[in-house]
Amino acid sequence: MTATAEASAPALHDALELVLADVTDQTPSIRSFTFRDPAGNGLPPYVPGSHVIVQCGDKANAYSLTGSGVLPDEYTISVLRVDDGGGGSATLHRLAPGARLTVSRPRSAFAPVATARHHLLIAAGIGITPMLSHMRAAAEWGHSASLLYSYRQGEGAHLDDVRELCGESLHECTDRSSFLAALAVRLGEQPLGTHLYVCGPQGFMDTVLHAASEAGWPASRLHSEPFGSADLDPGQPFSVRLSRSGTVVDVPSGTSLLEALEDSGLKVPFMCRQGVCGECVLPVLRGTPEHRDLYLSDAEKTANNSIMCCVSRSRDAGLEIDF
Amino acid sequence: MLSTQGSTLTPSVQRFPFPFREDSYRYSTNVEPAPQFVSTDAGGWGDRLIEIDPHYRSELEERAAILDRDPSRIAMLAHMGPAVWDTITTLLPVLAADYPDVMSFTRERRRCHWRNDLLRLDINFVIGDASTLPMEPLRFIASQIQDDIALLDQREGALWLDAGVITFAADWSLGFDVGMRFLEVHGPVPRVHEEQIITRAQQFLMRLQPGEKYRRTNWTMTVDRRLDTSTETYPQWGPDRLEVVDDPELPKRLHLRVEVQHLIRLPQSGAILFLVRTHMISLAEISAVPAWRQRLGRVLAELPEDMADYKGISRYRDAAANWLLGG
Ligand code: FES
Repeated sequence: MTATAEASAPALHDALELVLADVTDQTPSIRSFTFRDPAGNGLPPYVPGSHVIVQCGDKANAYSLTGSGVLPDEYTISVLRVDDGGGGSATLHRLAPGARLTVSRPRSAFAPVATARHHLLIAAGIGITPMLSHMRAAAEWGHSASLLYSYRQGEGAHLDDVRELCGESLHECTDRSSFLAALAVRLGEQPLGTHLYVCGPQGFMDTVLHAASEAGWPASRLHSEPFGSADLDPGQPFSVRLSRSGTVVDVPSGTSLLEALEDSGLKVPFMCRQGVCGECVLPVLRGTPEHRDLYLSDAEKTANNSIMCCVSRSRDAGLEIDF
Repeated sequence: MLSTQGSTLTPSVQRFPFPFREDSYRYSTNVEPAPQFVSTDAGGWGDRLIEIDPHYRSELEERAAILDRDPSRIAMLAHMGPAVWDTITTLLPVLAADYPDVMSFTRERRRCHWRNDLLRLDINFVIGDASTLPMEPLRFIASQIQDDIALLDQREGALWLDAGVITFAADWSLGFDVGMRFLEVHGPVPRVHEEQIITRAQQFLMRLQPGEKYRRTNWTMTVDRRLDTSTETYPQWGPDRLEVVDDPELPKRLHLRVEVQHLIRLPQSGAILFLVRTHMISLAEISAVPAWRQRLGRVLAELPEDMADYKGISRYRDAAANWLLGG
């Protein structure tokens, strides 16, 4: 127990020790997990669209919380099982009620815009989870929101929840062409002051964001949440010079900088390997990183003096890091 | 040494947040986690988020009178409703935990009970339902704490001052500032260097995670124990700044004014709560603590002209420094 504090990633410092209270199957591959405080206390409230990082074995993954965030007694996440994924979803799926887990405090990275006159939520598959949180908060505060939900027949998670919450403002699609048609209608009819939020696989988000900007939506009103999405693209090959030893390490396409360093026998601290926990940060001395993480702030990304080596790559052929 | 001295000092001096750690002062980001006890030459301060002192009732009465007279001191854009409730449900439990003898807060889902014996208040209210409070929610929370309140919303990669109750502010005006970007609220600053500090401060604030609490101090000086030195009331207090220089009562009239500012990321709305608590102590009271007397004297004597101008103390700072250092 005490070892967690030293060994864990920055995001898991000051984490919560929670007990798994309930497990519910949403679909054959998506399962919901509800955590509570073992002593029965309330949990820290959170901003709609927040995520927690759940430590599972030696892995840590980020999952969206599905509640409104107002004075919660429990946290619920829904997890898609990816059998060959490295992230530990399969391990989570094997857990039974009563299990104890380390769960980070909620972190906000996909908040509703308070000044929006209407929230247009667009989700595909497991991307429904942060939208459920947004919808619940909108219902609690009386804000205007509508949901466009695309899922494969028989694979729709949280359908009962969203149908009850949204009523008339829900539009469900189970195939691509009807989704595209519904999207075009929604993008055309939204009043001024509407903000759009999208979550789902990368290709889905690209389609929605592209269609929105084609329809004249300014980028400041478009918000996307990449969790739960497919793998990052493999990226271009590049090489890194390690300033302390002078060694040059090649990073091929499809291999992460972290993996390349490990392959050359170097030890880099890591935890999530997804760019969320902050553990694997390395100082950059020269070159321009292609930041693909969710940990560094925009300002830190612009400063270009650090890189999360588990996901980020290089814009130039060469990068020099202080290592 | 400390204990013999401490015994003769009033509680407000013992708990005064004396801000100087060196004999000169320059701007810095000086942000630290809160709450956190800091010991001083007179005692110490900082172990509580909300400090209640012997001026509690009189200051809250003064605030109420200011708000009745000048409603522009309280302002809120419509979208800030959840942030105000978030402020209430964040601060009342903190007060109840720190002052259990005189305050208590209990909550059952959205139904809350609040008791504040200092104000003879005992109420039940429902979160989100303004009609269950004795007054509008923002004014209500401002009637329970001595701090001024500003609420910042974060969007479009910036922070916006979108709600607040500012009655004791050192020379700024809420009616004019509400709806402005945080960076603009700070207005013209005398040194490029400070401008960067504010930009960095904004970056820091935008990264605060839910529930995180930090604080910093700021200082200036005020003639007489006048809390309300807002832009609107300048005609009432501005002339004193010149007049006090030759007044034999200067040590009693001139006050070191320290703002303890708390920066809190509210957990449910994601807004940033900015609390500004003003503490004042006269030069005469400061002289009861020899180390403070010397240090403030040196800081005032050394302060560059542009910074003294910006703080609005240039007219009397030499007179103050001379008295403190000359004895
Ligand atoms: S290992 Fe977590 S951010 Fe890289």
